Amino acid sequence: MRIVVCVKHVPDLQAERSFTADGRVDRSQGDGTLSELDEHAVEAALVLTETLGGEVTVVTVGPADAEDAVRRGLQMGAQHAVHVIDDAIAGSDVFGTALVLAAAIRRLGAEGGVDLVITGMAALDGLMSVLPSLLAAHLDLPQATLAAELTVADDVVRVRRDLDHVTEVLEAPLPAVVSVTDQANEPRYPNFKGIMAARKTPVTAWSLADLGIDPATVGDAGARTRVLEATPRPVREDRVLITDDGEAGLRLAAYLAENRLLG
Amino acid sequence: MSATGSAAGGDVVLVLVEQHDGTPRGSALELLAAARALGTVHAVLLGQVSDAAVARLGAYGAVAVHVVGVPTPEASLPPAVAAVLAGLVDKTGASTVLVASTFPNKELAARLALATGAGLVVDASAVQRGPDGRVVTTQQVFAASWTLRGEVTAARAVVALKPNAVHAAPVATPVLPPVITHDAATLFDGVPGTRVRVVERTPRPESSRPDLGEAQVVVVGGRGVAGDFSPVEDLADALGGAVGATRVATDEGWISHETQVGQTGVMISPRLYIGAGVSGAVHHRGGMQASEVIVAVNNDVDAPIFEFADFGVVGDLFTVLPQAAAEIRRLKAQG
Ligand SMILES: Cc1cc2nc3c(=O)[nH]c(=O)nc-3n(C[C@H](O)[C@H](O)[C@H](O)COP(=O)(O)OP(=O)(O)OC[C@H]3O[C@@H](n4cnc5c(N)ncnc54)[C@H](O)[C@@H]3O)c2cc1C
Ligand SMILES: Nc1ncnc2c1ncn2[C@@H]1O[C@H](COP(=O)(O)O)[C@@H](O)[C@H]1O
Repeated sequence: MRIVVCVKHVPDLQAERSFTADGRVDRSQGDGTLSELDEHAVEAALVLTETLGGEVTVVTVGPADAEDAVRRGLQMGAQHAVHVIDDAIAGSDVFGTALVLAAAIRRLGAEGGVDLVITGMAALDGLMSVLPSLLAAHLDLPQATLAAELTVADDVVRVRRDLDHVTEVLEAPLPAVVSVTDQANEPRYPNFKGIMAARKTPVTAWSLADLGIDPATVGDAGARTRVLEATPRPVREDRVLITDDGEAGLRLAAYLAENRLLG
Repeated sequence: MSATGSAAGGDVVLVLVEQHDGTPRGSALELLAAARALGTVHAVLLGQVSDAAVARLGAYGAVAVHVVGVPTPEASLPPAVAAVLAGLVDKTGASTVLVASTFPNKELAARLALATGAGLVVDASAVQRGPDGRVVTTQQVFAASWTLRGEVTAARAVVALKPNAVHAAPVATPVLPPVITHDAATLFDGVPGTRVRVVERTPRPESSRPDLGEAQVVVVGGRGVAGDFSPVEDLADALGGAVGATRVATDEGWISHETQVGQTGVMISPRLYIGAGVSGAVHHRGGMQASEVIVAVNNDVDAPIFEFADFGVVGDLFTVLPQAAAEIRRLKAQG
């Protein structure tokens, strides 16, 4: 089976993350990485193709350094990589990104077929968790999101997912769009062989023109929302740290009472 | 369905109301309160609705209640609900749709926005109208280390609002809203891409404590509880709060997985968060740092959670928590 995995390059969680004056995520620090949760998507695809046969293509939409994200996918064991890169994409909201990714997946489908699209449960920058649904809508495919467990048999994908108040098992015929959570598997570390193979694998670069997308429909031009202001959270000056001297529980209760937090 | 609809009735705001045991969830009442500041509030309910629930929605500002049947389990999956809402947007000419920010709702919000050409904001902590009538939202991002204010530039807006973002106050002069029943089949003709079958749907018993995602107070236990959640539960009960856990605690099997708070668990923003035996790892922070007041009890003075706690106690949770719980009960009994 042929699986496409969507991976995103995001600022490192452990680093100081910030916004530029015009309200965009600051990518100038250069300490981006493959969004950790997308490693679970790559892992799920690798496991499926290892058992059922087939190939994995990792796809990303983003600026030049986003290539690192697909490189990491190749190192883990994906066979092919696509990087959609175009200056006009900058400033896209999630609708622009979804439009571009859907076009890339459609092209991959036309070139060799796509049986399954797998994404992470959320990109660790915006944490929106909406892209998989938008992809499914654009591609007119069934969606089975937030898989904690994922299996494929007889061209049907089966997903178990735990939502806030229910556990569900869903089934969808292939081709379908699936997102996986961090419960789905334990991502592998790239081994030496994978790292060497990734070095030799070319990353296919596509522009908007290659995908037949009008630049006016993406980027700032196509966005439906606009950032007015980005402000760092002010440091609270009135923070308190005490060491238990036998009465810390009492002081904690008093603090809650003072702040009308006793419920 | 048409993507345009009429812009004339531009001040109708649709609110998706979720129920538990036939009662609107607390988050739904908050949505109604927020919606009143945006326009004329129409509530939307899937499934059955009782007279008491309708009256309650009226008390919180709904002037009409749209009820849409859920004939099959598949009819409540996000793509189907999105199609229902798109049909209602068309019918009512609504300019704005509010939903509570949960995973399924974020998905249906995205599909609804795509279908209606609306701008989309998820995990909003506030929503208002700007001076020019545009929908303006606030979001806490990057583990609440930044606040983003943004506006929807499209003519329509779909906003997923976090629980506890607004105070759910009833209106001064409520009306009993009329109930308008819709047949899902007349709202849309077939949802594209929904060849999905619900093989199994098992509701999990909801605890007698408040819902974790909506609670005003959450007490979280981490690795430090070493398998014993009783002091955490006892403090939560003293405060009338919910119990949460770190991923370490759920992975260890000390408590069920759905209590996990964090980036890959439940995202919470209560008035009060208390973390006991929690180090404050970045993945955990991502799901709780938007809390109004953060309290930490940890026996390691170098624990990262003290870097962002408003009130920190360096101490053993097994002595500090019971003492605090007893004192809280005493203070509350005093009144
Ligand atoms: C992709 C990914 C997603 C993740 N998502 C989440 C998530 O959603 N939520 C989440 O929570 N984690 C998540 N994690 C895990 C996260 O990185 C941390 O490992 C986890 O949050 C740590 O849990 P903890 O604070 O309980 O444990 P620890 O980090 O081990 O901290 C335990 C703390 O307890 C203190 N302690 C010990 N004994 C006592 C005592 N008697 N009294 C007081 N204090 C005591 C210690 O000093 C220590 O600070 C994720 C990880 C990954 C890789
Ligand atoms: N720019 C992108 N390029 C490729 N995949 C993406 C991109 N943005 C999001 N995704 C995928 O969509 C998932 C959910 O993203 P989001 O809806 O932004 O939280 C991620 O885990 C990725 O798998």
